[in-house]
Amino acid sequence: MTEEIVIAGFGGQGVLSMGKIMAYSGMMQDMEVSWMPSYGPEMRGGTANVNVILSDERISSPILRSFDTAIILNQQSMDKFEQSVKPGGTLIYDGNGITRHPERKDITIYRIDAAEEASKLKMIKMFNMFVMGGFMKVKPILKTEYVIKGLKKSLPERYHHMIPMNEDAIKRGMDLIKQVQ
Amino acid sequence: MEKELRLMKGNEAVAEAAIRAGADGYFGYPITPQSEILEYLMEANPQVTTGMVVLQAESEVAAINMVYGGAACGKKVMTSSSSPGISLKQEGITYIAGAELPCLIVNVVRGGPGLGTIQPAQSDYFQATKGGGHGDYHLIVLAPSSVQEMADFVELAFDLAFKYRNPTMILSDGAIGQMMEKVWLKPQKKRSEEILPWATTGKPATRERNIITSLDLDPARQEKFNHKLIAKYREIEENEVRFEEFMTEDAEYLFVAYGTSARICQKALQLARDEGIKAGLLRPITLFPYPKKRLNELADTVKGMLAVEMSAGQMVEDVMLSVNGKTRVSHYGRMGGMIPTPEEVLENMKSFIKG
Amino acid sequence: MADITFNDIIKPENLTYKKSRLMTDNVMHYCPGCGHSTAHRVLAEVIEEEDLQSRTVGITPVGCSVLMYNYIDVDFQEAAHGRAPALATAVKRLMPDKFVFTYQGDGDLAAIGTAETIHTCNRGENILILFINNGIYGMTGGQMAPTTLEGMKSSTSPYGRDIATMGSPVKMADIVAMLPGTCFVTRHSVNTAGGVRKLKRAIKKAVQYQNEKRGTCFIEVVSNCPSGWKMTPVESNKWMEENMFPFYPLGDIKVPAE
Repeated sequence: MTEEIVIAGFGGQGVLSMGKIMAYSGMMQDMEVSWMPSYGPEMRGGTANVNVILSDERISSPILRSFDTAIILNQQSMDKFEQSVKPGGTLIYDGNGITRHPERKDITIYRIDAAEEASKLKMIKMFNMFVMGGFMKVKPILKTEYVIKGLKKSLPERYHHMIPMNEDAIKRGMDLIKQVQ
Repeated sequence: MEKELRLMKGNEAVAEAAIRAGADGYFGYPITPQSEILEYLMEANPQVTTGMVVLQAESEVAAINMVYGGAACGKKVMTSSSSPGISLKQEGITYIAGAELPCLIVNVVRGGPGLGTIQPAQSDYFQATKGGGHGDYHLIVLAPSSVQEMADFVELAFDLAFKYRNPTMILSDGAIGQMMEKVWLKPQKKRSEEILPWATTGKPATRERNIITSLDLDPARQEKFNHKLIAKYREIEENEVRFEEFMTEDAEYLFVAYGTSARICQKALQLARDEGIKAGLLRPITLFPYPKKRLNELADTVKGMLAVEMSAGQMVEDVMLSVNGKTRVSHYGRMGGMIPTPEEVLENMKSFIKG
Repeated sequence: MADITFNDIIKPENLTYKKSRLMTDNVMHYCPGCGHSTAHRVLAEVIEEEDLQSRTVGITPVGCSVLMYNYIDVDFQEAAHGRAPALATAVKRLMPDKFVFTYQGDGDLAAIGTAETIHTCNRGENILILFINNGIYGMTGGQMAPTTLEGMKSSTSPYGRDIATMGSPVKMADIVAMLPGTCFVTRHSVNTAGGVRKLKRAIKKAVQYQNEKRGTCFIEVVSNCPSGWKMTPVESNKWMEENMFPFYPLGDIKVPAE
């Protein structure tokens, strides 16, 4: 099994950290992982993105052009990454601020209105964990217990009290995600 | 600290591995995409745990000269930078090579020339492998292609540097520096307390004074010294060539690539094999010394070699020198911080095969 | 008098001056009348008298004193032009119990190595910087230095240093004295016996301060360059007293509170 993922959105949406949590969780689950961010002052219309690979085998290229799953959190990223989903692959997007919805017919498309829900529940900082939950629901690769282990490993001790809130957000995200195609 | 599994950026892995390898000192100056090395070390504060000195210098020039001073005391010292900063360090590096001092220099390469870009590149190959500064000299150059190797090569680089009293460079790039992968970290090694016989540590009554210099105004003596250096490089070429091969047994066409490009070629190789193309990959791990002999052997069995680099074509010259006309050699490269994808590498292999 | 032979004179009871055992027998390459050799001798005497040989690491510059390591019997590192304080920083940080000094000329310390000088002093590295200021590039054949006086002729200021186009001479000691990292900044000369004695006392103080980890000690020696200045040794010393000393006045600029 190899899952090649791109997560893309605005800086500040927790794109890089969601990728990091995926990679940590994969590692706790004894998988091979890689996390390759775009870095530096962004030059591509304000997007931040990260490639995450989860695999049972040694990972070859950490840099990819086509993905099994694209998690898209703003319009610029939709424009940039919709076409990079492999035929038969998966696209997950947050509807917030999306003016042109995905048009591909050869992929499975899910929508998760995580931004709206997070704002409603006053859990804005948990936004990316809602999305993470949605991903875990439709691509059951990472198990919640290992995500929690990953959070424990990656977060400094002083943030460990927030882990139950993360777990809650993951669960809500699992309920929130809807297949649109 | 025990053996430990962590998820780390390549840059962080270098820093942690340096502490664990028992390094005595790190001297650096911030530059993207490698500032995490200095940041990590400052936060880890190994001065209080292992006694390792970490200092942010006023410039790359000062940092490499601090490395010179520390290395001249026989200490395990290092610096790191990225392309423009490595250019600044070249003066210090040639002095270190000329004074035959051991040290580690890490270059997390970004695109150039000039200020260039902060995105990954492999366009410092000539600078790293052919000298870089003035005079006849070589660094030992190691090219990691994973975060694990970023960590492992720190200790290897120090070992080689002290074995040959020669500066060693880890030639990485922004992709490997910035990406996170799993890495097994080795247990903490104690810092060495050995006083090396050639080091400037204060002259006791029992030996002559030690002088660390690269100056000799007598041309005949200087030439003799040059011959000594050349003999050392030949010895390194004899003993320290490292490379990795993928599917070369039945390969008809060979990718030759190092570092990030080698990872991309691994994927391109899988894609090629899926299409029935008998491709193989040779990944040089040491860029100096270069795996000339092995490439020359492979030239007898393959129909062509495609060097894939994130440069205008630098390593390809060493491939050509290695095969010496025995087989077709071509180059595919991206520049300016652009990273080739496995698909485009495969396409280029296909057109190379067509001829 | 005619009856006295060589052997009558060379007797222990007649000994009035003895070369430091740390001065090697190598013939110095310095020009006749140059201040470098005297400055070397004073430094060697202090290292011997303070019993520092086994824990001294010296850093030599690029300039006339590039070959200093041939003359004093201690461990030496030869730095690239201007970088001696960077080397010294690392040596002292890695081996804090050593006595570490740099020996640098004006081009080395005040032009190409300005950044290293300022920042080493600013960090307050516990080292001694011995700065020989003769207002000229001696080794390369008498070019203008950062410390060349206004109107002073050199091969690259053949009509005299023009402040409007070439800038003013730099007073490095005064500059580094402003930095909190320096603990002892002083200016001396070696053209008289009295000056030599004062320099020696200053170097001894610098050794003490370094032992006490009080910060950077910066000792400037205003010196002559008979060849570069195109004067006899006697003329050059006179010229130095009349022209250099008024601009670079001798004496302590900064002393630590006792």
